[in-house]
Amino acid sequence: MREVYVVGIGITSFSRLEYPLSEIAAYPAMQAMKECGLSKIDHLFVANMGASRINQQTALASAVVDTLSLTPAGAEAIENGPASGASAIKTGFMAVASGVHDVVMVTGAERMRAVNNLEATDFVATLSHPLAEYIYGVTLPSLAGMFTRLYMEKYGVTSRHLAMVAVKNHDNAMLNPFAHLHQKITVEAILDSPEAETNNPFVADPLRFFDCCPVSDGGACVILASKEVAQDVAKRNKKPIVRLTGIGQATDTHAVQERENPTDLLAVRGAAQQAFKMAGVKPSDVNVAELHDAFTILEIVESEEVGFFKKGEGHLALEKGLTSLTGQIPINTSGGLKGKGHPVGATGIGQAHEIVTQLRGEARKRQVKNAKIGFTCNFGGFGNNVVCLVFARED
Amino acid sequence: MAIELETILRPVDHPVPPFPPKYMQVASGEMMVVRQIDREEVPELLPHVEPLLHVERDYYDIVSARVYAELLAYYRHRVQDEYVLVAQIDGELAAIVNGRFLNADVGVSYHTLALRRGLRVGAHAFAAKMEYHIDIVKQKEVLIVAESPIGFRRWMIEYQLEKRFEVAHELGGVPSWALTKEIFDKARETLVVGRRPVPEALLKKAQAAILPPSSPPKPPQDLLAATRAMNDPTGTSLMLQRWKQEGKV
Ligand SMILES: CC(C)(COP(=O)(O)OP(=O)(O)OC[C@H]1O[C@@H](n2cnc3c(N)ncnc32)[C@H](O)[C@@H]1OP(=O)(O)O)[C@@H](O)C(=O)NCCC(=O)NCCS
Repeated sequence: MREVYVVGIGITSFSRLEYPLSEIAAYPAMQAMKECGLSKIDHLFVANMGASRINQQTALASAVVDTLSLTPAGAEAIENGPASGASAIKTGFMAVASGVHDVVMVTGAERMRAVNNLEATDFVATLSHPLAEYIYGVTLPSLAGMFTRLYMEKYGVTSRHLAMVAVKNHDNAMLNPFAHLHQKITVEAILDSPEAETNNPFVADPLRFFDCCPVSDGGACVILASKEVAQDVAKRNKKPIVRLTGIGQATDTHAVQERENPTDLLAVRGAAQQAFKMAGVKPSDVNVAELHDAFTILEIVESEEVGFFKKGEGHLALEKGLTSLTGQIPINTSGGLKGKGHPVGATGIGQAHEIVTQLRGEARKRQVKNAKIGFTCNFGGFGNNVVCLVFARED
Repeated sequence: MAIELETILRPVDHPVPPFPPKYMQVASGEMMVVRQIDREEVPELLPHVEPLLHVERDYYDIVSARVYAELLAYYRHRVQDEYVLVAQIDGELAAIVNGRFLNADVGVSYHTLALRRGLRVGAHAFAAKMEYHIDIVKQKEVLIVAESPIGFRRWMIEYQLEKRFEVAHELGGVPSWALTKEIFDKARETLVVGRRPVPEALLKKAQAAILPPSSPPKPPQDLLAATRAMNDPTGTSLMLQRWKQEGKV
């Protein structure tokens, strides 16, 4: 198996982007191509979840490859729910590692703001079990709400811990020009003040407004290449070389109710273990991580399942500041899904973009000092299809 | 002659009690004051509304154009029984809401314009104007329309307003909805906040000057131009240029 490198990255700001979906995918791709100076791409993988449902567009990859004038390169779309982004990176990795291609572009885009919030919530809910969940009106916030309640009862997580995740990630997002939300919030104002219930209303008890990520449009791209190409690019652009050292993916039951212990996210655990094993590193070696905090509780639980902290102790680590920008293992330096935003199909690539930025030392005000190993967890479904990636800077 | 004509053109407002100012903490931890302004303060608002005319998203362009006209009409006595409330954070303009008293029983909500996003300042300011109509002026109902989907969600859905499609709203032929006292009473606990009296220093700061909004809504980024300019080396730097101007990088 050949080694695989990230030679170019690009991203749009995550917010409302009133442009055709193919352009939202193409813009970060152009940035990435410009950055690495490559104009010949062997193959494109385009990550997206909702084009056919909310943008009335199918065969997105054909549109994107043409928008970029990259024909006749091969191109296909990858749809794997909210884990589409990391799934596409994984597929790109396999294409380069196997020797089939030397340069693969993985770009992702989502345009969820084309529909109103109610329709967007319904669209995301279609990833749930059609007969056991969706027909009963289950939405992602409602699944996450029930999950949070159980977790609180079992492990002592409180609303205050959840609010602390939100405050931390909003703070980090303030330092990220690409982030959707540039708004500082305080625990007092969203939890304790007489106006707290109105500022931060319940969405799915015990989850409140600031426990949920916003609905965003956005695109992100990484270009993956073989070692020879990566060395050539590095000679030209003088940027540190970043290697994609580990990939892992695992699945769990489609319906959450069928899990023996619904508070265990086994797919997260399995995907992380595989990725770490392939990369030959331990969770404690990681310097910076992007976890899939579509709901604040998920950052806490994933930080345990991937092995940063013991099961049931993620909230204690948070309390001690271990996950903050200057902590032992900074989590969601980009602002995470909570602060940076969550254009579902592009999210996994957005996470990779942040980690590569950190490992190259280009994260400016949110730079984690001397970050060498980075990790991403892209959580699809309600934990039923998860992809984890490990990246390392090569000095 | 000119003066005589002016007396015909200039409507006479009916006496109504003023809106007693209130304050609340918003999610950022800052305190926001909501207070009524009179005509003399309108010129201070206009320069902050004008840039929004060019924000082609969330109906900011339409709503701010209308608000601009309504503010001018209020300032120059071309509308009867209008009022304007402003929300300020540390003196800075955060939201504008306005409306009119149609008769003793019925109010008309004109617009809600949030100049800072993500803190529900628009929702708080809207609740204050409903409070003005129902609790202070003791009206029976307020007629409301929405231009934007977010407005529709905030008012029609969150308050569960009643349909009044048979009544034409002053803003045009769009269907009217109504907030009655009963609806307001139901919403009170969850949607209507505010403390009184406003501490003197806070109120004085707000009254001293209406400061410009620090992060007002902006026109969408020019992604399209950048994408099309694939072979133009300046194309992809458009966004960076913008951020530099805004001091984000
Ligand atoms: C309608 C309006 C008054 C509502 O104001 P508001 O209650 O203060 O609410 P906001 O507009 O700030 O709420 C949306 C913002 O909340 C934030 N938000 C959304 N989801 C969030 C989440 N999960 N966590 C944190 N913040 C979130 C975002 O910043 C979002 O802004 P975006 O749409 O640019 O992404 C305001 O949007 C406005 O002035 N719109 C233009 C004029 C208009 O439509 N007026 C009403 C006519 S009916």
